[in-house]
Amino acid sequence: MGQATKRMNMIEAIRDALDVKMTEDSDVLVFGEDVGYFGGVFRATAGLQEKHGLHRCFDTPISEGGIVGIAIGMASNGLRPVAEIQFADYIYPGYDQIASEAARLRYRSNGEFSAPLTIRTPVGGGIYGGTTHSQSPEALFTHIAGLKTVIPSNPYDAKGMLITAIEDNDPVLFLEPKRLYNGPFYGDPHIPSVSWAKHELGDVPEGHYTVPFGSVRRITEGPDLTILAYGTMVWVAEAAAKEAGVQADILDLRALLPLDIEAIAESVKKTGRCLILHEATRTSGFGAELSAQVAEACFFSLEAPIVRVTGWDTPYPHAQEWAYFPGPKRVMNGIRKVMGQA
Amino acid sequence: MAAKKKTAKKLKTDKEELLKYYRDMLLIRRFEEKAGQLYGMGQIAGFCHLYIGQEAVVVGARAGMIEGDQMITGYRDHGHMLACGMESRGVMAELTGRSGGYSRGKGGSMHMFSTEKHFYGGHGIVGAQVPIGAGLALANKYTENGNVSLAFFGDGASNQGQVYEAFNMAKLWDLPVVFVIENNQYAMGTSVQRSSAETELFKRGSSFEIEGLQVDGMNVLEVRDAAKKAIKHARDGKGPMILEMKTYRYRGHSMSDPAKYRSRDEVTKTRSERDPIDMAKAHLLDEKWVDEAELKAIDKEIKAIVADAAEFAQTSPEPDPSELYTDVLLPVDAA
Repeated sequence: MGQATKRMNMIEAIRDALDVKMTEDSDVLVFGEDVGYFGGVFRATAGLQEKHGLHRCFDTPISEGGIVGIAIGMASNGLRPVAEIQFADYIYPGYDQIASEAARLRYRSNGEFSAPLTIRTPVGGGIYGGTTHSQSPEALFTHIAGLKTVIPSNPYDAKGMLITAIEDNDPVLFLEPKRLYNGPFYGDPHIPSVSWAKHELGDVPEGHYTVPFGSVRRITEGPDLTILAYGTMVWVAEAAAKEAGVQADILDLRALLPLDIEAIAESVKKTGRCLILHEATRTSGFGAELSAQVAEACFFSLEAPIVRVTGWDTPYPHAQEWAYFPGPKRVMNGIRKVMGQA
Repeated sequence: MAAKKKTAKKLKTDKEELLKYYRDMLLIRRFEEKAGQLYGMGQIAGFCHLYIGQEAVVVGARAGMIEGDQMITGYRDHGHMLACGMESRGVMAELTGRSGGYSRGKGGSMHMFSTEKHFYGGHGIVGAQVPIGAGLALANKYTENGNVSLAFFGDGASNQGQVYEAFNMAKLWDLPVVFVIENNQYAMGTSVQRSSAETELFKRGSSFEIEGLQVDGMNVLEVRDAAKKAIKHARDGKGPMILEMKTYRYRGHSMSDPAKYRSRDEVTKTRSERDPIDMAKAHLLDEKWVDEAELKAIDKEIKAIVADAAEFAQTSPEPDPSELYTDVLLPVDAA
């Protein structure tokens, strides 16, 4: 404690985490499409090549399968690679490497090998990206045993969690809600947004610190209901609860795997009501897993059926993004439903 | 089969032909300039990749195609659609996310299709269209319809693994496909030199026995000749060819490109020395096939088409929110 802090947006916090680890540990290498010279499409790696050299921060060809495969080879041979996949929508060519190699290396080798590898990738909508630049594929990864999947919702957590990810001895998928890079987003472009410079979670310690995986962040506390959210939906939940006039326990999950089910269960047992939010499509989404785990742990405390507000089971559209996005209106409907008012 | 380098030669054409290419290239240029303006005005949101500078590639390639041949490309796709004969209005209205767009606004800049014009998209994932293009060709071969598919991709996509899986299958089965590499020299902000072990991309098919040609992609007539040769090769049952089009994009990769990866001089030099439209114009004037007044009239006519498209794209209504759950497989619980 007593560490000096600095105001940062989420991009700066991520860059700072990379810088801290690259400075501390020569095994940490950062690479991906346009990551080196260009500094990353969202500028997350700007300046790192200049500071740490061409061999520490470099550009790769547009070859996601190759990027992940090479990172696994590096990781299993003593390095701590941090690979960027430019958009989560581009990760599918690398999926085979992630699912069958990275996540299985420790198990397959009887603990002989592991892949201390971090894959950073921007997720989620809100930037008019359409079908191939807006997806939230987290559930495809939480389904894989052997992989940790985490998603920060603010600069403070982003830096601390990225350092934790890099120091982890197993592969971590680090999802970055791209709509939150500059400030919290409330799910409706008509609600004026603030920048992280004016938000307490934009106050980021300098130097090294970690935010461990497997613990939720409580955004607000209240007796009425529990809202489980992660990424952009954390801030949508906050706006919707305020608008609906309810006092909610809003839990930012931060890590989907490992999941802090103890804190979730404690909250749901207190409130008796549980609303689950995500941007991703509904069927087999991570909300289904959350719903099952809450039902298993809290069935006799529930006063209403668990409710999910999610993306629809459709591709992500270019037009009518705000009709599609599970914004505050739909979340408020969900709140009413779980409160027995609808 | 050894890959061959181009040799300079005087290329045959006539007034009618060259004027058509000039007009088609100019339409793409003016359309893209307008798209850039609409983006600046906030009428187009999200991603928008302009084709300015590369017009000769698609217009020349199109000149080698016959009715029924297919085209498929990546995300820098507006020029391809116009070259296929798709309506300026429908393309522009898709950019603005309106119901008058080819995908009723739901696809956006990178995701448009026309079965009528045999245009198979607009794909936002780099390189993903290449195996699909080979698949189009497999169907052509199987049904013996005599058609050839042209799969366009960039220098960046040429480093995607699935491109080589497609190369292998295309040659193994002698599929009627032409792989057109639009080498504009930058994959977003990464130059070919900084991303590719072999920078002569026409050689990329060597180990699959696919013949490759390097083509001046700024010269519409040279592109035409190369396309005709490759398409004939494919249609004759000899399998795929690779055409590496050496071209250049004048604008940024997308609308948010700091352009720090190349100098302003480099762009200016290409624009002033190799511009495909200026070269065609000089050729037309040189042969005295047109005069300045006629060219001005063409420009005016094209500007009117583009202005009409822009007007349509701004006045066509947004799709109804209920459109968001159409064209999916199961009823959507839109709670």
